[in-house]
Amino acid sequence: MSGTAPKSRPVALRLDGITKRFGAVLANDAISLEVAQGEVLALLGENGAGKTTLMNILFGHYTADQGRIEVLGEALPAGQPRAALDRGVGMVHQHFTLAENLTVLDNLLLGTRPLFGLRLNRGAARARIAALAQDFGLAVDPDARVADLSVGERQRVEILKALYRKARVLILDEPTAVLTPQEAEALFATLRHAVAQGLAVIFISHKLHEVIGIADRVVVLRHGRVVGEVAVADTDPARLAAMMVGAEIRSPAIPTVAEGAVALRLERVATQGFHPDLVNASLDLVAGRITGLAGVSGNGQGALAALIAGLAVPVAGRFQIGGRDIPDWSPLAAIGQGVARIPEDRHHAGTIGDFTLTENAVIERLRDPRFSRHGWIDWRAARRHAEGLIYGYDIRCSGPDARIRLLSGGNMQKLILGRALEESPAIILANQPVRGLDIGAVRFVQERLLAARARGAAILLISEDLEEVMALSDVIHVISDGRLSPQFPRGSMSAADLGLWMAGQGFDHAA
Amino acid sequence: MSEIFTIIASVSLWVAMVRIASPLIFATLGELLCERAGVLNLGIEGIMVAGAFAGWFAAYSGMGLWPAVGVAFLTGMGFGALHALLTVLFGLSQHVVGIGITLLASSSSYFAYRLALPEVTSPPKIEAFATWPVPVLSQIPLIGPVLFSQTPLTYLAYGLAIALALVLARTPLGLAIRAVGENPTSVEAQGLSVAGLRSGAVIAGSGLMAVGGSFLTLSAFNSFFFEMVNGRGWICIALVVFGAWKPGKAVAGAFLFAAFDALQIRLQQTPLGAHLPYQIFLMLPYLLSILALIVTSRRASVPAALMQPFRKGER
Repeated sequence: MSGTAPKSRPVALRLDGITKRFGAVLANDAISLEVAQGEVLALLGENGAGKTTLMNILFGHYTADQGRIEVLGEALPAGQPRAALDRGVGMVHQHFTLAENLTVLDNLLLGTRPLFGLRLNRGAARARIAALAQDFGLAVDPDARVADLSVGERQRVEILKALYRKARVLILDEPTAVLTPQEAEALFATLRHAVAQGLAVIFISHKLHEVIGIADRVVVLRHGRVVGEVAVADTDPARLAAMMVGAEIRSPAIPTVAEGAVALRLERVATQGFHPDLVNASLDLVAGRITGLAGVSGNGQGALAALIAGLAVPVAGRFQIGGRDIPDWSPLAAIGQGVARIPEDRHHAGTIGDFTLTENAVIERLRDPRFSRHGWIDWRAARRHAEGLIYGYDIRCSGPDARIRLLSGGNMQKLILGRALEESPAIILANQPVRGLDIGAVRFVQERLLAARARGAAILLISEDLEEVMALSDVIHVISDGRLSPQFPRGSMSAADLGLWMAGQGFDHAA
Repeated sequence: MSEIFTIIASVSLWVAMVRIASPLIFATLGELLCERAGVLNLGIEGIMVAGAFAGWFAAYSGMGLWPAVGVAFLTGMGFGALHALLTVLFGLSQHVVGIGITLLASSSSYFAYRLALPEVTSPPKIEAFATWPVPVLSQIPLIGPVLFSQTPLTYLAYGLAIALALVLARTPLGLAIRAVGENPTSVEAQGLSVAGLRSGAVIAGSGLMAVGGSFLTLSAFNSFFFEMVNGRGWICIALVVFGAWKPGKAVAGAFLFAAFDALQIRLQQTPLGAHLPYQIFLMLPYLLSILALIVTSRRASVPAALMQPFRKGER
């Protein structure tokens, strides 16, 4: 099956039978698609569906085993990163590719002049940037240092970078992942400008409502293959989701659980040394309840997570666990109080890559009498514990002696989850627990968290994915610039309402 | 105290400062170029030794002085190429490779010296660069005799500093070098070669370090002897930090260090020198450099990707 552009408009980009194999894995299986000038094509697919591989082939970072690429009717040579740029294919990566200590202007100029030329000619560039900014509604100060810009502004610089190179095809990889709903709207306005001027846009995403909001056509990838292609007018989110995951998706069933006592309470708490810090934050974590924390990343989630994990101490306000003030709050005290953490960054803060599964399984509990005798680690007991986790949490690995960095992200997360949950913690800090996992692993993690909730754990779920927060949480707080919103019970707020809070708007009235 | 003022007021102190600073300027600019591209080159000390030896040996074998400088430059580029191969293409630890290159370059220079001159006990001399006062400029009161009555290699150092500052700030190549030291992904995304830019910077920078070394044999001491580089390479690493990775400030740092060095030699001959062990004076420029570093390097902006190997496809 292939995606075909409407015949009325000239084709900007055509991929024909792209196949790429990594060892035994078929990452791209005969993918064909077309995008016309003046059209927005959404490329929809789960993590691991082959979107990134396809784009890396397009940009010459990988060479396809088979297939050809045509830009504006001309074949694109394989394996040459410059070729795609020179032919007018521009890409806005999910992780921005800007040099932060350079100015916007210098970032735009990079690579656009002959390398051994004598002059950069910044003056002429400045004029063109001003014209582009005007045409596309992309206001950015060319002399600002990128490091001083907000995430939304940096994305605008990335788009400007592509336009500056006269891109005719603009590819955006998960462009809204880092934006507030309002910033996303501004992005969509820019894209509409671009399309009106004849650009072809490929919009890579897994957010269904956005795809429906911006795209003309949708091509769905699954397991490296094109599994569907529809005009947006002829479809709806449920059908797209079904195509994407291959079966009707269901939100996890949330059984009713009797809530218990307050396990952890923040009362007008402030922190120090974070960007941004918590200010005046009040929050209750209640046994048998999942408290969701919604917000764009970098709005104080780090400070809150550090506080609960014992990595930070409150500088103002009250901090109570089980109704008691805790002096000398520290990571050790947190573990002692039954706080289990699923850290945001499983590679760096969650595990030690070159340690074995066994070592990683017991590293937080080295003083535990189960694993140490007279100050010596009891490796036999530690190994048994790791084997129990491997079995109980279905961790796919070669055994307890495997080094953890050889595991996939999902299996690594299962170990972290098992390590945390096996101790029957009273409080669970789950920071981005499913980020980057495939749908099977996502379900597994979510089911385990719900099981912990049923057992009576108080859970804080921090996530940038609003849909995930809304699906799992009993109550939701929004965090914005270090401030916490009041708690909203499940179903009391729409995504758009929460989006306003995420952009900092509700606080003006509530604070 | 009055002796100190006499020393400071003497032209010879400032002439000596510029002479002492010259090799530091070459090598500091070389190191700065490597670091702006994101590669810490700890091979600098050894590459200076190799440059000192290669330049001297070329002149000793009958080559002209300028060709000898060229030989030193090529020798430095050779070690730079090895450094780039290991750190840029293979992505190995820049610390380990750099120290390895320092040991390799200095010991192989001493070895080559012994092979070439097995019987010699006192190092043979060559006809070194003579001072060449620049017409007109050397007549300017005060700065003329200090800045423009030096050997030609010193003038080359001035020119290089200006050229490097202009290239980094004003040309597409300079922008690409700065960007590759800040975020190699940005360079890759714009279709430029990260490996090419970094290797080029390391190779050219190493060449400059070797020219700095050759200044010692071709312009300052007119012979080659063991331990003559004597930690100057390490000073240059500190000067790059002191100069906040900017050529102009780094050159100013080189002059500052050289001024202290020239001063301490002269202080040893004052009555003060009779009372204090001479090692105190030797320590002086280093102590003052450390103090200057503490004061100035707080605000320095390190190239963000310094010492981070770049591997395609990793984020």
